[in-house]
Amino acid sequence: MKALIPDFVLNAWLSVWGMLSPLMQYLVETTFWIMVVMISVILSVAFTTYFERKVIGSMQGRIGPNRVGPLGLGQPFADVIKLLVKEVIIPTKSNRFLFIIAPLLTLIPALATWAVIPLTDTFVIANIDAGLLYVLSLTSVGVYGVILAGWASNSKYALLGAMRSAAQIVAYEIAMGFALVGVLMAAGSLNLGVITEAQSGGFLDWFLLPLLPLFFVYFISGVAETNRAPFDVAEGESEIVAGFHVEYSGVAFVLFFLGEYANIILISALTSIFFLGGYNSFFEGWTFLGEGHFLREPALLWLIIKICFFIFVFFWLRATFPRYRYDQIMRLGWKVFIPVTIVWIIAEGVMSWMQVGPWA
Amino acid sequence: MSKLQSYIKTFTMWELWQGLSVTLRNMFKPAVTVHYPEEKAPQSPRFRGLHALRRYPNGEERCIACKLCEAVCPALAITIESDVGEDGTRRTTRYDIDLFKCIYCGFCEEACPVDAIVETRIHEYHMEEPGENIMTKDKLLAIGDKYDAMISADKGADAKYR
Repeated sequence: MKALIPDFVLNAWLSVWGMLSPLMQYLVETTFWIMVVMISVILSVAFTTYFERKVIGSMQGRIGPNRVGPLGLGQPFADVIKLLVKEVIIPTKSNRFLFIIAPLLTLIPALATWAVIPLTDTFVIANIDAGLLYVLSLTSVGVYGVILAGWASNSKYALLGAMRSAAQIVAYEIAMGFALVGVLMAAGSLNLGVITEAQSGGFLDWFLLPLLPLFFVYFISGVAETNRAPFDVAEGESEIVAGFHVEYSGVAFVLFFLGEYANIILISALTSIFFLGGYNSFFEGWTFLGEGHFLREPALLWLIIKICFFIFVFFWLRATFPRYRYDQIMRLGWKVFIPVTIVWIIAEGVMSWMQVGPWA
Repeated sequence: MSKLQSYIKTFTMWELWQGLSVTLRNMFKPAVTVHYPEEKAPQSPRFRGLHALRRYPNGEERCIACKLCEAVCPALAITIESDVGEDGTRRTTRYDIDLFKCIYCGFCEEACPVDAIVETRIHEYHMEEPGENIMTKDKLLAIGDKYDAMISADKGADAKYR
């Protein structure tokens, strides 16, 4: 660092920093970290789109983008620039205010949720005790963006997409919430950091195996929540054009796009934290490595690997399954997932009451 | 029993895993993509692309304006007008092919008694101005002259099957 920053700049910065009140210091520091996390999430979104096209391409025997830059890595930026220079068309008879605010309503909760996600064992922007509640409430806000976008566009396809998506998200949110109740019972806390800590100690201490049904329910509900294939009836390009964002173009569309992919990354991160031990190492249980071996230490890298795996699963599902019919989605949500989670929660409750199993 | 079996199958997501394994296996297979401008797929000598009018080795036009191609053309893309040429033989004064009408069926080539009109392997062409889709006699003869070696080789390769 010494070599990078000249002494007088460093001294000036330190003297300015010393003049700030503690509250200001806190504000500046938090804002800085918020910017860091937000920019990394948005950059990851860009490369997630590239990753998606590469994964689906190779599963379909194709190559995927390879023209812009080395290996096509410039493709996301080319796409973004193309979308940014496009005109934003606001339909004449739409509700202008809601039309513009709707994409923000899908993007902002997806980014704001990152505040409570513990990225390493020491770093989390907001270490709040009701972290799980915060996550649940913010992911619920996302559906308003979809509904408002569909309604404000004054288009029947957009409205149909919004209706489908609203019913679907509401249905799967219940299963998702119940699955998280299981996690909450196992960890005994709503704080995401504590939930991660409760899973330290190796692969067998993760909630993956004890809560296996809840893990599947949570992840599949997450796929449904983000309106991704095979639950993408809200977009349903073969049925209702593009669903709720059919009237959006240019920057407004970019925001929806960002929101969708930010949600994918978010659901992957949450699944890693709730069931795969977050930043805990894969090799923590390898005691023969000795105490303090770097492979056994918790690190951001482990979390990133887990997130990447779940993002891959999102695209894997998309490349594999055809779209669910609407009534099948509803049946799966209400008649399969919710009973399964309730049964598992009861089983878990009884087991922890009788002091047996991993919850003893 | 079969009901129990189907329940087990449903809850272990057996069929879903099967589907996922298919896509996963395909992911590690090499892509079949041909990188088009750099690589090209192999072409048959019978490929039916852009048309050409041929000449005899002494430079004489093959076309005798019999209008068989015009008659056989299912898309009515060929227009021929004929007159007596300078050397007293029957020659075309106009030989137009509308590429927008043409369906590249190759009937004109089959109908031609003197192998004058042929379809070449050229398929990478474009039009920039309205009207360029009409291939006039001059343009067709120019293509025939330019790609004579390729056309002769292709027709030679296919000769024993005709």
